[in-house]
Formats: sequence, structure tokens, C-alpha cells
Amino acid sequence: MSELKKITTPLSGRDVSGLQSGDRILLSGVLYTARDAAHRRLVQCLQKGEPLPFELPGQVIYYTGPSPARPGRAIGSAGPTTSYRMDPYTPPLLARGLKGTIGNGARSPQVKEALKEYRAVYFAATGGAGALLSQRIVESEIIAYEDLGPEAIRKLLVRDFPVVVANDIYGNDLYEQGREKYRKRIG
Amino acid sequence: MRQLSTELITAEVARLCIEANYSLGEDVLQALRKATKQEESPLGREILQQLLENAEIARREKIPICQDTGFADIFLEIGQELRIVGGDLTEAITEGVRRGYNEGYLRESIVSDPLCRVNTGDNTPAVIHTEIVPGDRLKVSVLPKGAGSENMSGLAMLRPADGVEGIKRFILDWVEKAGGNPCPPLIVGVGLGGTAEKTLYLAKKSLLRSLGSPHPDSKISQLEGELLEEINATGIGPLGLGGRITALAVHIESYACHIASLPVAVNLQCHAARHKEAVL
Repeated sequence: MSELKKITTPLSGRDVSGLQSGDRILLSGVLYTARDAAHRRLVQCLQKGEPLPFELPGQVIYYTGPSPARPGRAIGSAGPTTSYRMDPYTPPLLARGLKGTIGNGARSPQVKEALKEYRAVYFAATGGAGALLSQRIVESEIIAYEDLGPEAIRKLLVRDFPVVVANDIYGNDLYEQGREKYRKRIG
Repeated sequence: MRQLSTELITAEVARLCIEANYSLGEDVLQALRKATKQEESPLGREILQQLLENAEIARREKIPICQDTGFADIFLEIGQELRIVGGDLTEAITEGVRRGYNEGYLRESIVSDPLCRVNTGDNTPAVIHTEIVPGDRLKVSVLPKGAGSENMSGLAMLRPADGVEGIKRFILDWVEKAGGNPCPPLIVGVGLGGTAEKTLYLAKKSLLRSLGSPHPDSKISQLEGELLEEINATGIGPLGLGGRITALAVHIESYACHIASLPVAVNLQCHAARHKEAVL
């Protein structure tokens, strides 16, 4: 297993070219949350030529809809949701400079192609570890689509947020490679 | 006739919603601990350790195990000699869910209409299943079901000629196709027999069993064991990133079958296998 690497967002071209699928990363800096309904709106904005609630170049989107924060806490439980639902919306965001996404589960062939084409990475965070991951989120602020409740876009400040590089810019896919490595033939 | 007030039912449903979301059952924790010893993938082992640590933090800090605190799936076994007094039973349960999700800082994940998709703001309505049973008690089971795993549910109306092999093939293909999406390691809930909706219900209801408790019918428990071995040979592993532990258990529930049918349903449960029960 690889050593832990520390990386700070936003991600530069050099940051992403140094990442390989299987790398264990501790991310620090800003992440933006967006999931199903927010993605729909983001892509509608792009189609209409309207400005987005945040600038995409170099940024990382975290697919999560946190549970409400208790008083005095930055956020509630905040693990990754399943990523494939965001697949249709992802290539246009990557085309405009988004450098990373964080979620759970494998991506579509179209997203994998777009990751190579636009030189961006997909990170896996541990699905179902929302309590643990919430401890690495130090600030949270709703910046758009408050009416969507848990699906609003939040600007998070994270410190040493643990992820694994699932898809790198070279076309490697840890979901495929991991499964092949441990597949067993039964007689 | 024994009487039970809807007020008490509301309070219990609220408590069960909160408890289920904060504290993983000892059966699940034990299975995860065992899995960390069996897993060959170093990354898989690390993920399993994170899940155990996560469960500990959730219980200690009173924070949901997973941010998807689910659709409140509620199973009632109503004793036929029990009289429920004080109001409408469905409303009592709805109020319990509303109160539990609000007081417990649980996420509101329900939209009122699949097309308009406006959040109801209190995680209601619930999905309520009722069975009438002998006796004068009410058993309430609350199973908050996250969408990540629920979205990976499936049904096949097989031909009787497809037999056990057909059943196994469908379940294995289904788990393979779902991959890391439903947050493995899984409990694979399976319904066999009945009608289309009955077998889907059985698959879901099997998730209420204590994790890994074998089916009393030996031919079914044997099939559970065989399926578990084959699922764990797929290599999918913890969260789909490769490994030996793709499922912690396979639970099958079966029912009588039409001469022309062999229905089989799969309901996958993520590792955050949350459910709590009370007998009132």
C-alpha cells in the first residue's frame, strides 16, 4: 500500500499529473459539495451561459449531502454518495477546468475518457464513514441553492481529508484493477 | 382487550429512528471485526478499520453513522388481540419519524413527488409494512435504508426450469454489476418465491435478521453459504476497491410459489446495516 501524500486544493496541473490510481491522499483546503439536484442546476447554468456559484478551474467537488450539524459543530455526518448518478453532468464540468471529484463507486466510460482528456482525477472516499470524515471538515458554509436543503452547495474547508485516487489522468481505474487482482475462480 | 396508545408508538418510533442511525448493532460490529482479520487487501483492511472507527465515533458523538439516514422503512407486527387507541396509527408513526429525524439531527432525504422532487423537510412519509400476527403485542422494527444500496435492488421472474443455478446466476450477476455502488461489504438480502411484490418484500425483510443467522431450512442455509462464498470470490471487496470481503452475509427468505413462477429478488444492504426493534 502506498505512503500517504498530502495535497492542498485547488489542484494544479502538476498536482494531478503526480497522482496515480491507488495513491492514498490527505487533502487539505477548500472542497465544494454538490450532488444530484445541484449538478442539474450547475449544468443548466452552463447551457444558458450564466455564471456558476463558484469558479471551476483547479477545484474539487465532493459528492455529499451532509446531515444537519449539531449546535457548535461545523457539519453533521458527511460521507460520499454514489458517484454514477453525477456521471451525465461531469464531463462538461471537467471541460471547464474542474480538476477533481470525490465520491463512492466506479465512473462511466464517458467520465473516464473525460478525466484523461481534461487531465483530472477521481478520488474515492470511504462510503458510509460520514461520522469519521466529518471530523476532518473544519468549516462549512452554504454558498448556493439553499432551497435544496441537504443538496445545497457548500464550501467546505477540510484538513487531512482521507481519499484514494481511483482514476488518474493516465486511464488507470482502481475499481477494475482491484477487482481483477482479488477475483478468485471457484471450481 | 389490551390497549396501546398511539402516543407511546410515536415516542418509540422516534427513539428507534435515532438509535438506529447512531449505533450499529453488535452483530454488525462483530462481522466487521472478523472481516478485518480475513481481508487480504491492505487497502480493504484499512477501509474496514475506518468503518469500525466510524461506528465508534458515531455512537460516542451522537452523529449519524452515514449522512444518508435513509427512507424510514418501518415493519409492524400487530397482534390481532391488541387495540390501538388515541388516534390514527399511520399518523402516529409519521409523527415519530418526523420527531426522530428532527431531534436526532438526521438528514431529510425525502421528496414529496418523484417528478417535482421537492424535499418534504421532515423525512416523512415513512414506508410502513404491516403484518397481523397472533397475540396482543406490537413489534416495531425501524430500518433506515440509504439510497446508495436501495438503488441497487433487483427482481427477476425466472422460469422454474432455471432452478437453483438460475437463482445463483442472477444474484451473482447482480452483485457484480452493483460493484462498489451499494457500499460493500454487503448483506445480500434475497427473496425467493411468492409474487413479484412478495419476493421484493421478503428480500427487504431478510435484512432485519441478526447478521449471519442461518435460515432454519437447511437447504436454504446451504444456498446462503454457497452464495456468500461465490460473492466473496468476485474480488469486488470493501467499497469496490478490490478484496475478499464483498459481503458479510447472505440472508434468504422464501415463500410458496406458483407452478409457473420462480421469482427472485435482491435487496442489497450496505455495511451501515442499521435497524432497531421494540416490542410494545
